[in-house]
Amino acid sequence: MKFTAEHDQFRRVVRDVVENEINPYVDEWEDAGIFPAHELFPKLAAVGALGLEYSEEMGGQGADHSFTVVLGEELGRADCAGIPMAIAVQTSMATPAIAEFGSTDLQQRYLAPALRGEMVSAIAVSEPDAGSDVAGIRTKAVRDGDSWVITGRKMWITNGTQADWLCLLARTVEPGQEPEGGYAGMSLIVVPTNTPGFSVGRKIEKMGNRSSDTAELVFDEVRVPVGNVIGEAGRGFQQQMAQFQIERLMGAYMAVSGARRAIDRTIDYLRVREAFGKPLLANQVIQYRLAELIADVDVVREFCYAAADKVVAGEDATRMATVAKLKAGRLVREVADAAVQYHGGMGYAEDLWVARYYRDARLVSVGGGADEVMLRIITVMEGMGKR
Amino acid sequence: MKIVVCIKQVPDSWADKKLSPEDSTLDRASVDRVLNELDEYAVEAALQLTEAHGGDVTVLTMGPEDAAEALRRALSMGADAGIHLIDDGLSGTDAVGTSYALAQVLQSREFDLVIFGSESTDARMSVVPAMVAERLSLPQLTFAGKVEVDGGTVRIQRVTDYGYDEVEASTPALVSVVEKINEPRYPSFKGIMAAKKKPVEKLTLADAGIDASQVGLAQAWSAVDSFAARPPREKGTIVEDGGDGGAKIAEFLSTQKFI
Repeated sequence: MKFTAEHDQFRRVVRDVVENEINPYVDEWEDAGIFPAHELFPKLAAVGALGLEYSEEMGGQGADHSFTVVLGEELGRADCAGIPMAIAVQTSMATPAIAEFGSTDLQQRYLAPALRGEMVSAIAVSEPDAGSDVAGIRTKAVRDGDSWVITGRKMWITNGTQADWLCLLARTVEPGQEPEGGYAGMSLIVVPTNTPGFSVGRKIEKMGNRSSDTAELVFDEVRVPVGNVIGEAGRGFQQQMAQFQIERLMGAYMAVSGARRAIDRTIDYLRVREAFGKPLLANQVIQYRLAELIADVDVVREFCYAAADKVVAGEDATRMATVAKLKAGRLVREVADAAVQYHGGMGYAEDLWVARYYRDARLVSVGGGADEVMLRIITVMEGMGKR
Repeated sequence: MKIVVCIKQVPDSWADKKLSPEDSTLDRASVDRVLNELDEYAVEAALQLTEAHGGDVTVLTMGPEDAAEALRRALSMGADAGIHLIDDGLSGTDAVGTSYALAQVLQSREFDLVIFGSESTDARMSVVPAMVAERLSLPQLTFAGKVEVDGGTVRIQRVTDYGYDEVEASTPALVSVVEKINEPRYPSFKGIMAAKKKPVEKLTLADAGIDASQVGLAQAWSAVDSFAARPPREKGTIVEDGGDGGAKIAEFLSTQKFI
C-alpha cells in the first residue's frame, strides 16, 4: 500500500474531526450509553468520510479502498471504540450491499441520505438464537401482494435505537410456504424503522463500546414494499457474505491503529512512572514485551495493507480479510492486557483511558464473526472441514 | 471579487519548538508543520465572501519547499489558486523583510481584498498585515471579528478589549482576522482531490522583482545573540486539604506574588 500526499491530507482531516468532534465528548457519550449519530454523521459526511468508495452518482466520493484504510486507521485512534464502530456500520456494514446490488430507487431513498449523514443505518443479521451461524436465522418475510410482511427478532444491532433504516437479512417465502433451511432463500431487505410493527425491544448494556447503542429489535408483521429487497430475492446470504469482507477489514484497520496508539500511550506513561528509583520503562523485560507487541502490530498492519491492495485491485480478499480480523482481534487483547498490567492500579481504575480500552478491545474477537468463525472459514478453505 | 489570502506554514502550535544552533532560526525539521491556525480563519473568511459575492480566492505564501503543503491545505479548503514565493535568499527574513517581499508580489496583482490571519502562532508579532498595508498604501482593517463587503466598501468589526469598533474602507483594502470570525471548514475528500489540479505559481526573488539585499537573515533588523532551552518544569506543590486548604493556597499565591 502506497500512500500519497492526498492520503496524508485526508488522514489529517479525519484526525482533526476525531480530535475536535468526537474525543471531547467521549466521556459524556460513554456515560449516556449512546452518542448523537444524527449530529455527528453530517460532520463526517461533510468531509466525505461516509461514502468514500461509493460512486458520485449515488452520493459517494468515488475514492478507492486505500482511502478507507486511512479512514479506518484514524477512526481507530479515537478515545473509544464504540463511536468508530457505529461509523463503520454506516460506511462499511449496512451500506455496501445496497450500493452494489440495490436498485437506483433504494439508493436514492436510503443510501444517498445515509452518505449525507441525514439517515442513520444499521445492519440487522444476528438474532437471539443465531449470531455467527448466519444460516440459523429465523426472521421471516412473507410475500403478500406487493409487500413483504416481516416477523422476527434481531439481536446485537449497532445503532439499533437510533437507526432510520435497517439492512435486514430475512428468510423470504411465498404465503403458506415453509422457509428453506441453511443458506438458501434469504434476502437483504431495507426496512425503514418508522414502519408500523417495528419496535426496539431493549437497549443492551454492554461490557465495552458503551457509547454505541446496541439493541434487540422486534418485527411484528412489519410491512415493506417488495421493491425494498436489495438485488435479487433469495441471494441475501451471498450478498451478506460479501458485505462481511469489508466489515472485517475495516474492523482490522481500526483495531491495529488503536493498538499502536495504546502501546505509544503506555510507553509515555512508563517513561515518567518511576519505581525502585528509575522509570518503569528502563526495565528490559518491559521494553522487550512492548517491542514484541510493536513487532506484532507491524506484521498485522502490513498484512492489512496487502489485503487492502487486493481490494483496490478488485481481487477477492476473503481469505485475507478473515486472517486480518482474526489476528487483529487476538493482538488487541494482548495489547490491552499489557496496557492494564503496566499501568498497575491506574490501569484498572476508570480515571485513565486504559480500562475503557481493555473493555472495548475485547469485542474485536467477538463481533463481526467471532475468532472461531474466522478459524472455521480458514478450515473450510484448507479442506479440513465442511461448510 | 478577487481576494488574496496571505498564509504561512508554522510549526505545530502544540509541539515543543527548538531553535537551530547554527543560525538561531527555527529548526523546521524537528516539528510537524501546519498551516498557521489563524490563516485558516482568513481562508474561510475569503471563501465565505466569494461564495456570497462571487469571485475567486488566491492564496499566497512565502517559505521553503514544505510550505507548499500549507498552500495545498488552503486549496483543498476551496481556494482557487496559489502563489509560492520560494527562494533560498528568503531564509531568515524578519517581519520587515517579509512585508516587503509580500508587497512586491501583491503590487503586480489585481485584488479587491488582501486578507491575513492577525498573527502567526510561531513569531506572534501581529505586524506583517499592517506593514504590508503601509507599503501598498492600502486601508488597513485589522483584528476583524466580522467582515462584510457591500459594493466597493468593506466593513469590519475590529475586536478590542472593550468590545469592538466598526471600521469601514473602500476597496481595495487589507483585512486581518481574529479567530472569533468564523469556524474554518475541514477540507473534504473531494476538496483534497480537486486541489491537486489547481494552479500554483512558483516565484523566485527575481521573478517577483524583490531586491535580494532587503531580505534574508543578514538583513533582519533584529538578531538573536544567544538562546537557551526552557528549563524543565519543576514538580508542583501539592496542597493537602486538612480543612485549611484555602488558607494554604492563599499563602502559596501570596508568596508567589499572585495575590
